[in-house]
Amino acid sequence: MNALYQFVSGPLVWASFALFIGGSAWRLYSLATLAAQKDVFVYEYFSLPYALRSIMHWVIPFMNAGSRKNPALTIVAFVFHLFLLIAPLFVIGHVAMLDKAFGISWATLPDGMADIMSFVVVGACVYFAVRRMTVPEVKYLTSFSDWAILALAAAPFVTGILAYHQVFGAQFITILHILSGEAMLVAIPFSRLSHMLYAPLTRAYIGSEFGAVRHARDW
Amino acid sequence: MSSQVANAPIEQIKDKGLDDGVARLTDEKIAKVIGDVLKAEGGARLKAYVDTCAHCGLCSDACHFFLSHDRDPRFAPAGKIKQTMWEILDKDGKVSPEFIGRAARVAYTECNLCKRCVQFCPFGIDTAYMLGLVRRICHKLGVTPQYIQDTAHSHSATLNQMWVKEDEWIDSLMWQEAEARDEVPDLRIPLEKHGADIMYSVIGPEPKFRTQLIYQAAVIMHAAGVDWTMPATPGWDNSDMAMFSGDYEIMGRLKRAHFETAQRLGVKRIVMGECGHAFRSVHDVGNRWLGWRDEPVPVIHAVQFYHELLTSGKIKIAEKYGEAVTFHDPCNIVRGMGLQEMGREVTRALCSELVEMTPNRELNYCCSAGGGVINCGPPFRNSRVVGNRIKAEQLAATGVKTVIAPCHNCHGGLEDIIHHYKLDMKIKFLGDLIYECMEKPWS
Repeated sequence: MNALYQFVSGPLVWASFALFIGGSAWRLYSLATLAAQKDVFVYEYFSLPYALRSIMHWVIPFMNAGSRKNPALTIVAFVFHLFLLIAPLFVIGHVAMLDKAFGISWATLPDGMADIMSFVVVGACVYFAVRRMTVPEVKYLTSFSDWAILALAAAPFVTGILAYHQVFGAQFITILHILSGEAMLVAIPFSRLSHMLYAPLTRAYIGSEFGAVRHARDW
Repeated sequence: MSSQVANAPIEQIKDKGLDDGVARLTDEKIAKVIGDVLKAEGGARLKAYVDTCAHCGLCSDACHFFLSHDRDPRFAPAGKIKQTMWEILDKDGKVSPEFIGRAARVAYTECNLCKRCVQFCPFGIDTAYMLGLVRRICHKLGVTPQYIQDTAHSHSATLNQMWVKEDEWIDSLMWQEAEARDEVPDLRIPLEKHGADIMYSVIGPEPKFRTQLIYQAAVIMHAAGVDWTMPATPGWDNSDMAMFSGDYEIMGRLKRAHFETAQRLGVKRIVMGECGHAFRSVHDVGNRWLGWRDEPVPVIHAVQFYHELLTSGKIKIAEKYGEAVTFHDPCNIVRGMGLQEMGREVTRALCSELVEMTPNRELNYCCSAGGGVINCGPPFRNSRVVGNRIKAEQLAATGVKTVIAPCHNCHGGLEDIIHHYKLDMKIKFLGDLIYECMEKPWS
């Protein structure tokens, strides 16, 4: 068990971050070069002010018609993404490990707050799952990959909660937590979790096209 | 909210072009052509859109087909992509002829490429672009609806949409000039006037069955003292159904011919009538195919031109249109060119009361005629009209009897909706109202 823990919290961390960062860089680079070859106008029409205008209208909830039509989903999705990013970056457990390994640290969330955030994230995942099963136009689009990425996103938080509360044997569940976190990181460039990388770009492009070429709003 | 209708089979409408085309297909040809098209024309946008789509379904609420079919997921934007592009990519192009028959119907007749869904997608995914690519594949496979294919043939043979021959074109203009001179004795439609300020360009249907629009435009030009001309040669038609059938090669020829005509005449700009899709051809699809960033000769839409004439006082209004009106936002000039406010300013200059539809402007509902759908002809008229009940409801809710639609295709679409849903409304072009309400110093 100890050896396994050393492995997942040591070499496997390096490997998964390498795959995450390297994979993401490769995905972005290959998209950029593909655009340069096949969709050159993406660069011609790109306009930073309009791109930012569009991103702003979609990152802030209720600044677009779609989110006003779906207020519950808007709030859940916004909070989900916010906590998904903040909790792992600022939870004491992670920062402590960084400090121990590299001597780097930064401000952390108060004790217990990351726990609450994790419950919220898991609750949001349940909401997404229920929505996928009950809303016909979402159900129609759903396939195995949608469940897979939902599970990949939820698993680190479920196991994180269990690890924090030391359920099922602390070391075992911590190993699962680390593995699930690594799995999610690695999956980001190679699954539809890559919307993290691509969505700002597709948003920036359509914002540019609508703003600079069409003189119309895209929200 | 659950939908029982999602299980009812969608009628496979018979169409000679589609059915004969499918009968000629083989699995090998399909896989090869799809591979070729995706390799040559599928790029970063296609990849990003398909990879990034989170299957969230938020685009559904945008689409008039989805809403009018009682929220049937098969008519939602992402649902249409599922039935076409996702399947094509998942199967690596190895799809059956029957599949292509269904995909062609989805792409050509169940989507107007109106881009309203782009307004609702959190990632700004351009569903219309992807369905346009599906149409491109179907065109290359020889599977296109009969009527729109005939239109593409017309573009190819005559450079215009309506099989208008060279002498018929000149005759139509001279006929309208003669008619107009009964009212305005010294009116001319100057043909082939080199160095004029403006080349006025119309769409194919105008000389065929909307000739009064040419008459009205000539009167407006005359009253405003505009230095204008029209070409006597093929290349006068600014319309582009080849863009919508997926025949990009012809689209390129059309655009080049149109601009070369303007350049030959040495005009400063092209003013076009109240068309929607011509704009799209000029600065979205056609120009990109030709590798042009923008258009070589500035193109001004009628809405912009009328705005100019009215604000500069070149055209004065004698008496405003007395009835209350509503304004239909044509997708291609609103989402396509941002002319929603200008259109309203022109309308308010002409009409005493403007009642808005809801939603409006960039969030308007499409008339369901555009994107080549009305050009797929009578076989698909019913499915087009049934797919836009929501527009009928929107129109009826205004309580007015006149709807202004500055787009020829929208007229066709709204006429069919008004007829089918028994609305007591008439449709007007802005040009109609200017002609009706303007000061006429000659009378």
